[in-house]
Amino acid sequence: MKPKALNDNPFMKPVEWASLALLCVLIFGLLPLALDGFRLNLVGKYLTYAFVALGLVICWGTCGILSLGQGVFFGLGGYCMAMYLKLEASSVENTKIQSTPGIPDFMDWNQITALPWFWKPFHSLPLTLIAVVLVPTLFAFIVGAAMFKRRVGGTYFAIITQAIAAILTILIVGQQGYTGGINGITDLRTLHGWDIRTDTAKTILYFVNGGLLVACVLVAQFVKRSKLGRILVAMRDKEDRVRFSGYGVASFKIFAFCLAAAFAAIGGAMFTLQVGFMSPSFVGIVPSIEMVIYAAVGGRLSLFGAIYGTLLVNWAKTTFSESFPELWLFGLGALFIAVVLAFPDGLAGIWRQHVEPRLTRRAKAAPAALPQGAPAE
Amino acid sequence: MNAAILPGATAGDKDFLLAVEALTVSFDGFKAVSDVSFYVDPDEIRVIIGPNGAGKTTVLDLICGRTRATSGSIKYKGTELTKLSESAIVQAGVGRKFQTPSIYDDLTVFENLEISFPRGRSVLGALMFKRDAAVRDRIDEIAEMIFLKDQLDKRAEFLSHGQKQWLEIGMLLIQDPELLMLDEPVAGMSVAERKKTAELLHQIIKGRSVLVIEHDMKFVEDIAHRVTVLHQGKVLSEGSMERVKNDPKVIEVYLGH
Repeated sequence: MKPKALNDNPFMKPVEWASLALLCVLIFGLLPLALDGFRLNLVGKYLTYAFVALGLVICWGTCGILSLGQGVFFGLGGYCMAMYLKLEASSVENTKIQSTPGIPDFMDWNQITALPWFWKPFHSLPLTLIAVVLVPTLFAFIVGAAMFKRRVGGTYFAIITQAIAAILTILIVGQQGYTGGINGITDLRTLHGWDIRTDTAKTILYFVNGGLLVACVLVAQFVKRSKLGRILVAMRDKEDRVRFSGYGVASFKIFAFCLAAAFAAIGGAMFTLQVGFMSPSFVGIVPSIEMVIYAAVGGRLSLFGAIYGTLLVNWAKTTFSESFPELWLFGLGALFIAVVLAFPDGLAGIWRQHVEPRLTRRAKAAPAALPQGAPAE
Repeated sequence: MNAAILPGATAGDKDFLLAVEALTVSFDGFKAVSDVSFYVDPDEIRVIIGPNGAGKTTVLDLICGRTRATSGSIKYKGTELTKLSESAIVQAGVGRKFQTPSIYDDLTVFENLEISFPRGRSVLGALMFKRDAAVRDRIDEIAEMIFLKDQLDKRAEFLSHGQKQWLEIGMLLIQDPELLMLDEPVAGMSVAERKKTAELLHQIIKGRSVLVIEHDMKFVEDIAHRVTVLHQGKVLSEGSMERVKNDPKVIEVYLGH
């Protein structure tokens, strides 16, 4: 018997290849051509959140684990990068007016006279790049192992991730001498001697960011279409059935959670590089929930939907909060409720249910032009 | 391999595929299962019957590790199951079907079966799992058996109730367990579906033991080699259907009404 289309399982369906091509055209072509340097940098910042949204598609959409603390991983990744940049900006020469030259300025203000041990590895760029991904992922592993092995899930898990986000924020704010406190780590200048504040550097970083995002999309797609991806869906549906089919359910959940954390961390590091600082305001409860809204609006089941959702909500945020700053949060809340009630699958769901069938019908109306492998859903 | 049950038999006897001895579980003092012992031979179809709340499903839960025993022992081919994790019990060769059809609605019939295929059960294994000819052939073979050969592409949520039950049985078959436990496999099925299910069970019995919970007496008579009657967490009677049917204790608590 010939294998059937639905169970053929190619890496990507034609529609998905088209979506990827469209995304690349948008990120690498249209946006850089259409926007000035300032706006492009802004889009670059939005796209760093898209990493978090991608992770949420795997963790929340596919596997059903709602984490309301993704800001933690975004922040940890961002802080790792910021620590490296800060150390480079705090050379003895730059800080000679301090009572202890050669350490970050906020440490000096807080009467710290030697670099704390956990800052030391961040003198090295390779170690920093490893830490950017490893530290948040390891933290996710510890949290995930503690929760999922004990079969904590659903709402309880969401609440605990919120608590972790709150705790980490308080810790960062409270330990000003070690972390820069509420102001975060600011005044970042160079990456391995390369000035990241120039317009050229920002444009280059935008493209690096876009490239990394596409790479993460491909990794996420690889996971989604593997058997592991289908096991995640199966666990969302009937966890017990998966457990009694011989799988260690906890390990799979930990994997999904760690992958989401790793994506978020890469986004955080790129945020630090493009925006030039990192602060606790990107770690806490509010940003973590906003990140969930990006994924929800775009469609928590769709990798591409999540990216567009992130761009759209952030664009709206920038536009509306310029004109009605006090109304924006209400608008965001209303948007979330509307999406959950009316469009649980977000923009991607609307596309799949309403736009795609119409396009397919139109394509079928012109049979001569229809290639053999056209999507027939 | 049809050793009669000896009253003094112990779990050490390798003749039994499954030896449940003095099994007790209490939930906050309430003994849902109390001092239950029974033995299942290789290739035997054993049916557990009993009124609601007798502890039938709890016994299956205990065997597959979903519930942990307070005391007593469950030996499967000489291995103590009470201390193994759920996935280790499955990997030892015990398969369990739940009462309500427990399948993955969002996946196709093919994918449902594929997930149960016993390979690539670790995270890395699942990530690198290849859908090769061995997998496809086995899925085709099982799908044929469970009357779903033409439905492989269908999303499981669109199957009828009976088909969902068959699919779950198929998901167990693909694991090729030596002990298959079925909780009310024909509940909610039409007469025609029941007949087909009985036929299916007779076909899959070869080379394995089956432990079935069922209320439908007609169906029980049709398939059972031996019947164990549970009542209020205890074994009330055991033996052939003929014997159990005529046991006054059983008639009083269960069959009489």
